[in-house]
Amino acid sequence: MAARGRIKDLWREQRLFEQRAITATVLIGLLAAVLVSRLHWLQVQRYDHFTDLAQGNRVRVEPLPAPRGMIYDRSGAVLAENRPAYQLELVREQVKDVEATLAELVDIGVLDPDDLDFVRRAIRSRRPFDSVPIRLRLSEEDMARFALHRHRFPGVDIRTRLARHYPQGETAVHAVGYVGALSESDLERVDREEYAGISTIGKIGVEGTFEDALRGRKGSRQIMVNAQGRPVDREAVLDEPLRTVAAKHGADLYLTLDLEVQRVAEQAVQGQRAAIIALDPRNGEVIALVSRPGFDPNSFARGLTRAEFAALNDDLDRPLFNRALRGTYPPGSTIKPVVALAGLEHGLVTPTTTRACPGWYSLPGSSHRFRDWKRSGHGSVALIEAVAQSCDIYFYALATQLGVERLQEFLGRFGLGGPTGLDVGGEKSGLLPSPAWKRSAFKRAEQQVWFPGETVIFGIGQGYMTSTPMQLAQMTAVLAMRGASHRPRLVRALRDPVTRVETPVPPAQLPTVQLRDQADWDVAVQSMVAVMQGGTASRAATGAEYSIAGKTGTAQVFSIAQNARYDESTISERLRDHAWFIAFAPVEAPRIAVVVLVENGRSGSGTAAPIARSVMDAYLLRKFPPAPGEDVDTAIADTGDGE
Amino acid sequence: MREDVESTARRTLTRSTRILGALQLDGPLVLGLALIAVYGQFVLYSASGGDWNTVVRGSIRLCIGALAMLVCAQIKPGQLRRLSPWLYLVGLVLLIIVDAIGYVGKGAQRWLDLGLFRFQPSEIMKLAVPMACAWYLRERALPPDGKTLLILAVIILVPTLLTIVQPDLGTGLLILMSGGLVVLFAGLQAWIIALLGGASVAAAWGGWYLLHDYQRQRVLTFLDPQSDPLGAGYHIIQSTIAIGSGGVTGKGYLQGTQGQLEFLPERSTDFVFAVIGEELGLLGALLLLALYLAVVARALYLASQMRDTFARLLSGCLATIFFVYVFINAGMVSGLLPVVGVPLPLVSYGGTSMVTLLAGFGMLMALHANRKLAA
Repeated sequence: MAARGRIKDLWREQRLFEQRAITATVLIGLLAAVLVSRLHWLQVQRYDHFTDLAQGNRVRVEPLPAPRGMIYDRSGAVLAENRPAYQLELVREQVKDVEATLAELVDIGVLDPDDLDFVRRAIRSRRPFDSVPIRLRLSEEDMARFALHRHRFPGVDIRTRLARHYPQGETAVHAVGYVGALSESDLERVDREEYAGISTIGKIGVEGTFEDALRGRKGSRQIMVNAQGRPVDREAVLDEPLRTVAAKHGADLYLTLDLEVQRVAEQAVQGQRAAIIALDPRNGEVIALVSRPGFDPNSFARGLTRAEFAALNDDLDRPLFNRALRGTYPPGSTIKPVVALAGLEHGLVTPTTTRACPGWYSLPGSSHRFRDWKRSGHGSVALIEAVAQSCDIYFYALATQLGVERLQEFLGRFGLGGPTGLDVGGEKSGLLPSPAWKRSAFKRAEQQVWFPGETVIFGIGQGYMTSTPMQLAQMTAVLAMRGASHRPRLVRALRDPVTRVETPVPPAQLPTVQLRDQADWDVAVQSMVAVMQGGTASRAATGAEYSIAGKTGTAQVFSIAQNARYDESTISERLRDHAWFIAFAPVEAPRIAVVVLVENGRSGSGTAAPIARSVMDAYLLRKFPPAPGEDVDTAIADTGDGE
Repeated sequence: MREDVESTARRTLTRSTRILGALQLDGPLVLGLALIAVYGQFVLYSASGGDWNTVVRGSIRLCIGALAMLVCAQIKPGQLRRLSPWLYLVGLVLLIIVDAIGYVGKGAQRWLDLGLFRFQPSEIMKLAVPMACAWYLRERALPPDGKTLLILAVIILVPTLLTIVQPDLGTGLLILMSGGLVVLFAGLQAWIIALLGGASVAAAWGGWYLLHDYQRQRVLTFLDPQSDPLGAGYHIIQSTIAIGSGGVTGKGYLQGTQGQLEFLPERSTDFVFAVIGEELGLLGALLLLALYLAVVARALYLASQMRDTFARLLSGCLATIFFVYVFINAGMVSGLLPVVGVPLPLVSYGGTSMVTLLAGFGMLMALHANRKLAA
């Protein structure tokens, strides 16, 4: 009642209101000043800071992959190139329902249902708004089919990308190598940043070893993006040019390979499991590097399905296996010229030293007979004759005289027992056995003992000793050059594709094999010439327009029981001896050293030597067999040959 | 010749004054509002990414608002006063209905779907609460005594709480403030103001535990936006980047990268002020602020000329609350205040706030035009 009863004083209330209105006005002014000072702080004092932030928001850096370098043979024939390939790509953010879209793509037949898992994974692992390849190498038919239904697939489109292509197909695949899909394990060992925007990597061969040079340096491009990360192209919002750093092209590689000789070599062993290496002994250039069977590198570049890879991987003939660099076989009689040199070097024999060969050899105090490949024996043979006829008894005795240590040391001078240092990686070392090696290689004490009998067969390249075809090629080249040695190499020069400046890779000299008496080289070479002239491989030299020095060999796949007759017909084809042949020509001024290995080829002279001859003919005389399809003469000699 | 032009101009001016007078409108106030509205539509075109549709629909809303202003300007002060408690009661009932629907539907509920259009009852309360307060105080001696204040507290707090539980903290606080402004203009004693200030600080402590998680998050994010740059802090970070990178003169109309490339969220609604700051710079923002201040100053001037309590209190509140909207929105967008959903008056696209705002100014002008008839 008191409140209600109070009389309203209109004048006082008017003044009160006016006071309050003034207070309100002052407060409003103060708050407005706060706002203005805030705007001043943001827009004037901190302007640069916020400009940077806004810039960082809208600009994204996109990688520009460099075109991969080309690979040529020594005369410029293309071995690996980049071709535009049409592929189907999908941008996740532009597709409403990815699963439904993939299912429909399978329905119209442009997507393989087997690839779906891989595609899903690829789609998940990409950055927002990246275009993900979901089907590589579309055929004309696929493209037509997709074009017909294109309107149904927003966010899916055909794009042109550069894809690796190997115009020579299987030819030289083990030398050139291939690129394959960049795997998770690849990404763990490379700089991920360098591979942004790239989906393949060189796996083996030149492609693998020279990956860094071939890949080049990726460039980058700033692109304007909106808040969702989608690239925008609106000139209205461009207030400064966006920067682009051009990619640095990968270097083109010129190989030492001679494609024509390579082809001849490959044709010569078509359908066989074989390896051939041809070196230029003067500089270590690899003229041909063959491992058969091969495979089509294009299938890897295209992307193999699991089934395709399994088929290649499980093939009994092991097409993926690089026999030339990674196949280790007993070198057999091919090392006899070097063992002979060891004898000369250590003064144990002279060229005129003769030895009786009754067809068998026994160590003093032992009844065990080491047999010659010729049961009747060679009679009395001197050094050169022993090599020419591949007399085992002579070398059994010489090896025993030398002893295992000296034998191992001398063979080691020729690069045996270790990688040759070829510029393409992946080489195996083979094995030069020794008592020390045996002690570390075996666990049980009784196995660690080096037996004198093991030295005996070491002398003819059997037993524990193994070599790769590459190592024997290097050994042959050293023999040809009478000690001078070069690191074998496949890459002759790198070329910048933009400036066209060539950077040659100079030959790398290795330490020369020194002998006490240089004349000993001539004895060894003479013995190899004798192999071709009346020796085990004389048939392969028939009608040659140049002089050849060579040596046959066979590598046992398993040992023959004592006194058992070697019966080819009863053992399966896979258990037959491997056939070896090494050679160089011309003898006076060697330009080529060749090694041929034919797995289960039985006869060095009958199988391997003619192949080496055709390779040398091709290289030295540019004489090529008539037609690719035609069978090369692989006459099986019934005459015995070296073991 | 020159005189002709001058006299023509003068005649046009006098004629428009006469028309405005007949419509009970105040020339300067209408001019200020119109300038803000035009500026707003101009900015909205850019903020919507060059979408005419948005501008057309925004203009239609403006026209509806203008119509509401015109209609409200014709109401006699007596009618307005008598209407006040009823409007309040209707608003209260609608608020309860909305809350009930929201409770049954287990979710946030602010809208009432009337088939033809949806509207927010809480929006009515922004007008109805100050009207009811002014109505309650119209014949009481000022400054109000304790009992009066208690009843006023009930009148204000019931709709405030009903709105906050919707949950709509922003609108709830605006309702609280609109009622509170009436009480302040009624001459609330300084010591009570101090007491309430202390009490609200204490309430903030307690209120923290009553807030929803997302509301707490907003407060926390406001205090440290970088703690959640992609989540709740994103709005504040992006809007300060937009404003800051605008500089003094701005990046140019339609050239703001933050807005045009959609980094700025809600750029045509609650965050449109950032588009102004980015594209038109400090100068553009100051121009808008100056227009707002001019409107507030004119409205306060009109209020101070009024003779009866109801008209004065209501007008003073309507004038001041307009600035409060501006300050809260601009403060939020520039990172001074936490993110609460308050649109920028007459510029932000959408919502019913434009209609209630202009209706309020219509009432203010009606009260002013009829100031001598009052009481």
